Amino acid sequence: MEIKMDLVSEDKINSMGSMEKLRFVLDGVKSGNIVVLEGGLTSEEQMKLIELTMTEVNEDFPGIEMNGYPTKRGFLNLRRKTRLTVIGPAKMMRTIKKENDLISAIISAI
Amino acid sequence: MKPKKRGKGILLRLLMAFFLRRKTPKIGIYGPPNAGKTTLANRIIHTFVDENEDIGAASNIPHETRRAVRRSGIMVDLKLGAVQSPDPNHGSDPEPKVKGRKERAKGKLKLDVVDTPGLATKIDFHDFMAYGLEEEEAKRRAKEATEGVIEAIKWLDDIDGVVLLMDATEDPYTQTNVIIIGNMEARGTPIIIAANKVDLADAAPERIMNAFPQHPVIPISALKGENMEKLYEEMARRFR
Repeated sequence: MEIKMDLVSEDKINSMGSMEKLRFVLDGVKSGNIVVLEGGLTSEEQMKLIELTMTEVNEDFPGIEMNGYPTKRGFLNLRRKTRLTVIGPAKMMRTIKKENDLISAIISAI
Repeated sequence: MKPKKRGKGILLRLLMAFFLRRKTPKIGIYGPPNAGKTTLANRIIHTFVDENEDIGAASNIPHETRRAVRRSGIMVDLKLGAVQSPDPNHGSDPEPKVKGRKERAKGKLKLDVVDTPGLATKIDFHDFMAYGLEEEEAKRRAKEATEGVIEAIKWLDDIDGVVLLMDATEDPYTQTNVIIIGNMEARGTPIIIAANKVDLADAAPERIMNAFPQHPVIPISALKGENMEKLYEEMARRFR
């Protein structure tokens, strides 16, 4: 079985509203895709994504697996810079190792 | 004239008490499923309220707590906490990594404790069947667990401080932990990380300290009551 990955540019993500962004991610993941966001999601957006996901969990869709690098503080700690976020269907994606600068994941076909 | 003066004083004190009163902080106990959140909440209540009162039932089946439960008006008395927590004699445990220790914790703090359902990004009913639950029961529990996660997230809006509980035998660098910490930092909500289950042989609280050096990490065993006085001191310091 083939596994599709969507590598989404920061420009595309930034052009979307908050809810639009989450819907885009969740629809992609529910279709069985691995979604990689350049620039990533903020922790608040990730929390909202968990909330949205929980409303749609059922017997066929148990949820998501999500990983990313923590936000970096910008000048004088005033600006938070999000980084890469990877989201996939929980049935397919399993994180095996995560460190500050390295995420290793196994992705398997359902 | 004297009675009139006394009357004014009482009125002034009443007005000051009304307008300057401080609300009781609501402290949420957050963390992934099976970290020991309900065990910790029960421990706090047993220590400071009533030995026979439980906020909820603890179990080894994940998502045992599927509704947030609030226990109001808990008077955390550090003297009482020190007496009731057994001396852990943490010979091998590292000293808790706590910022701002110069500021001494004061003796008493009244707070509300909110025991929340475990936060998770996935809930598969098959996982419950592995614990011996029938399929229908497992599906029902999974459905309730998803509602519990949403409830825990909604509660974040009303929380004044968070005790984030992590299982010291597990890898702390999970996205759920990172998300909770990131949200609290963005909101400016004080946070204490409790590295639970240090009574187990494979516990490694220093991994949690290394993963989240920007926050105080207190190694505890909520089940055995080890090092609880350190957690209470930090709560009194951070959540006042």
